[in-house]
Amino acid sequence: MGRKAKFDETKKVKKGPGRKARKQPDPVFKKGLLDDDKEEKKLSHRQKQRAARRVKKKKEIVEKKKALKEAKKNVAKQQEKIIPEESDQSSGDENAQGFTDDNKEWLKLKPKNKKNVKETKAHSESEPDDVSEDEEMSEEEDEQGQESEDGDDDPKVEKKSGKESYKVGKLDDLFVDTDDEQDNDEDNEEDDTNVSNKMTYDSDSSEKDDDDEGDDDDMLPIEKANIKLKKKQKLDKKLADEELQLNIAKQDVFAFPSQEELDNPTSLQDIHQRIKDVVTVLGDFNRLKQEGKSRCEYTELLLKDLCVYYSYNEFLMEVLMQMFPVQELVEFLEASEVARPLTIRTNSLKTRRRDLAQALINRGVNLDPVGKWSKVGLVIYSSTVPIGATPEYLAGHYILQGASSFLPVMALAPQENERILDMCAAPGGKASHIAAIMKNTGSLFANDANKDRTKAVVGNFHRLGVVNAVICNYDGRQFPDVIKGFDRVLLDAPCTGTGVIAKDPSVKTTKDPKDIQRCFNLQRQLLLAAIDCCNAKSSTGGYIVYSTCSILSEENEWVVNYALKRRNVKLVPTGLDFGTEGFVKYRHHRFHPSLKLTKRFYPHTHNMDGFYVAKLKKFSNVIPEVVNDEEEEEEVKEGEEVQQNGDATPKEQTEAIKAPVKRPAETNKMEPQNKKSKPAGVVNREKATNKNKDVKENTKETKQNADKTDEKANTKNEKKKRNKKKNKKTPVSQSEQGTQNTKQPNVEVNENKINVKGPQIKVKENTAVKAPSVALQSKIELNQKKTEVINKTNDITENQIKSSPGKNKNKNKKKNKPALNKAEANAVNKNEAKITDKIEIAASKKLKNKKKKKQVGQLNDKKSGGSKPSNASISNKFNKNKVKKN
Amino acid sequence: MKVLSETRTRVLFEKLTKYIGVNVKLLIDRPDGTYCFREKKDRVYYISERLLQLAQTVKPDHLISAGTCFGKFTKTNKFRLHITALAYIAPYAPYKIWVKPSAEQQFLYGNHVIKSGLGRITENTPKHQGVVINTMSDIPIGFGVVARSTTECRHADPLATIAFHQADIGEYIRSEDTLV
Repeated sequence: MGRKAKFDETKKVKKGPGRKARKQPDPVFKKGLLDDDKEEKKLSHRQKQRAARRVKKKKEIVEKKKALKEAKKNVAKQQEKIIPEESDQSSGDENAQGFTDDNKEWLKLKPKNKKNVKETKAHSESEPDDVSEDEEMSEEEDEQGQESEDGDDDPKVEKKSGKESYKVGKLDDLFVDTDDEQDNDEDNEEDDTNVSNKMTYDSDSSEKDDDDEGDDDDMLPIEKANIKLKKKQKLDKKLADEELQLNIAKQDVFAFPSQEELDNPTSLQDIHQRIKDVVTVLGDFNRLKQEGKSRCEYTELLLKDLCVYYSYNEFLMEVLMQMFPVQELVEFLEASEVARPLTIRTNSLKTRRRDLAQALINRGVNLDPVGKWSKVGLVIYSSTVPIGATPEYLAGHYILQGASSFLPVMALAPQENERILDMCAAPGGKASHIAAIMKNTGSLFANDANKDRTKAVVGNFHRLGVVNAVICNYDGRQFPDVIKGFDRVLLDAPCTGTGVIAKDPSVKTTKDPKDIQRCFNLQRQLLLAAIDCCNAKSSTGGYIVYSTCSILSEENEWVVNYALKRRNVKLVPTGLDFGTEGFVKYRHHRFHPSLKLTKRFYPHTHNMDGFYVAKLKKFSNVIPEVVNDEEEEEEVKEGEEVQQNGDATPKEQTEAIKAPVKRPAETNKMEPQNKKSKPAGVVNREKATNKNKDVKENTKETKQNADKTDEKANTKNEKKKRNKKKNKKTPVSQSEQGTQNTKQPNVEVNENKINVKGPQIKVKENTAVKAPSVALQSKIELNQKKTEVINKTNDITENQIKSSPGKNKNKNKKKNKPALNKAEANAVNKNEAKITDKIEIAASKKLKNKKKKKQVGQLNDKKSGGSKPSNASISNKFNKNKVKKN
Repeated sequence: MKVLSETRTRVLFEKLTKYIGVNVKLLIDRPDGTYCFREKKDRVYYISERLLQLAQTVKPDHLISAGTCFGKFTKTNKFRLHITALAYIAPYAPYKIWVKPSAEQQFLYGNHVIKSGLGRITENTPKHQGVVINTMSDIPIGFGVVARSTTECRHADPLATIAFHQADIGEYIRSEDTLV
């Protein structure tokens, strides 16, 4: 089992880098290609000389120019004196222009201002002289052109000025070199003024046109028509332009599609476009939203479109939308469409990465190291041979393994001579990685629940030369019973695979809430089992790494958070220097702050499969008892989920359950779960379960009572109750007494209730109380009469419980009240009217119970004030009665 | 995981000797702890004592494999070497055959080694000697039994079989299910 067997001593393996491994020198670029911006280069002697000469020349030129300028000025002055009249003729604005005009005249350069010429021309023409029609037409056209130009935005004007200045620059060049800039600036300004002048002038001319209309009566009708037409055209054009602008403005805003459009989807292309649009709208919602459309509508539209475009089911897409902001979501979805690059892991038991890379390159494989973070990974870009069937592969020099699969093992950081467990090992990629890092020392247990898949583990281990491994086939949850005391445990839990959608697109459509729930329940159990397998006293280890290829928080943070509460473990840094932090809060969930230390990997940010890695350190082998509150939370969640999973329940029931109340023992089906999840009120646990049973019995009995009014049954109940009550000495409420006195039927009901309550009252926790209530509620469906009675009993029990301050210490109390009260109130209202005579017979027997009831009643009195507001109708009456009695 | 019976042990060692000669001793006397052969469902596993103890905590029904599988006993009580034993056999094998790159693939598909594919062969290889087949870059790719001695090979016909195919690493893909 060496690295590379040198079986033939004659043939020496070359040492040192090969020909191809020689390092290339740094690239050398031509000077021209490099940035010229750096002017800090040292000049050579000659260059300096030349530079000096250049400066000298420049100076000379400047001097020359100055001289020329002076000469010019003199000439200009003379001319100004000569032509004062002209400047007088033109308006004040034109005075400013005058100088340039003069200049030009002096320069005798026409190209600069053809326009000026035109202007003068127009000026002259606009004077009411005899002008031919043609000329007028052309003139008007000119005006139009100018007007339209003026009407257009500034850029054109600027262009114009730019052009002109350019020309001017050229002209000046003839005379002056260095003054260009100044002159240009001046000229620019002048040009600007020119333009403005033109504008003013044009407006003048249009006025004049109007005047012309008035004045020129001698115009032919056809001419008039022509002018009118022109005007009309102008107007039309203007309107058209405006409309165009409006359209452009509108296009920016995404128009929310109508219902019809939604019903008749066109092409995927359109949907894709719509997705883009909606994403942009959501990106800047306040500005881009369409009036009257809420964000919800947009997100719903987006959800549907994404589902169609990427063919997800709505549930999964919704979950993803909750996880990512829309922009990122689209990136994620896109990334999930594309397969990640193929990566292989060098088997360091048999070869080195460099040797392997060389061997593969020789076979025509194009590859690269996977990154600095791994010393064994290679990325395959392209290959002329099947990468999974090369002799190197078969000889166990490498294994095909996603880059993300390196991470949990790196986080686990196995040491030599440790005992390590991989709980869900198949197909053995990570496990063999562990063995490779341990260098085949110590011992490695590779477990997988699926017997068929363990064959892959066997194959891979033998191929890769892993000899320190025991491969077994247990359900991971039972593993602590088999063997414990591992230094490190890797749990790559089975998951929904939302991180590897590219690998297995069926995830997109097949996952529903049930699947996820199933998954994370299993994951929790596995993680607890993994923690139990680990030995906290290990000198080198005591670490557990939990990983999934899912990105859902339910399967990751939630599970780890659960384990943090249930076992003596803490999170430690994973040792991976990239990846995003785990969620500390996700939607309404608030996880332990140390969950920051876990790592998430996404396909769109890290270009590897979606992955989650958490590293836990076990600090005590003791399995702690769990605090109630936490469990209750969990139970509530579970309860909700169970409901979602659709046991058809009447509204009242659901209300009662959903209220942040501990989950009640719904039906017989639910019982096992209840026991499990029961608020490990530790000491109370067993009692509670017993009580539940009792409660059920009692409820059955109450049914019987209701139907048959069997005295025997009652007596039995009473006996039971007495026994229980003796234990607790919990009395029955005065209020009930009161009710008994006042209303006979009610009293009877109360008695029944009391029977039912007996066990409940003893149970201090709400769960127990609710359990019966739910059980009772389930009966509602069966028998109305019964249910009515039962409901009453429930109500009363609740009242009692609420009213008894000592018993209800739970924080949840407040929350519980409203929901329960609603349900109760409803039930009670119904019951009031319907209470049956049958039960009356039982009343006599309850009198015996009165003594006990009294005590409860006292309790009620204390609390009656507080419980009043929420209770409706009958319950209020009860309270009043109590108060009166007091 | 039970200890091999006397006869089976003999059969096993005869087979191993065929391939690695006296080096069999090295498999038993190792500096890094004691190793032993254990049998499970006719399969023979080569496993260190230390690991064996741990493996014994796993119930036989749930134990898939431990250590390295060397081969299996047939119903007729012959021992058949599996390719999985290659990792231990190859370093100790005194006689080897190297095949040309062009013939690698053929051998990996389960064919015999023919003269045209023969790259090198250890001097003085006797007839019917168990050999390890290597590629020219010294990667062991399987077992074989020499059909002709080295001297006979020189004058052999290009299509003549030099070594019979016993096992090759292509089996990891071809017959993963029946590997162990």
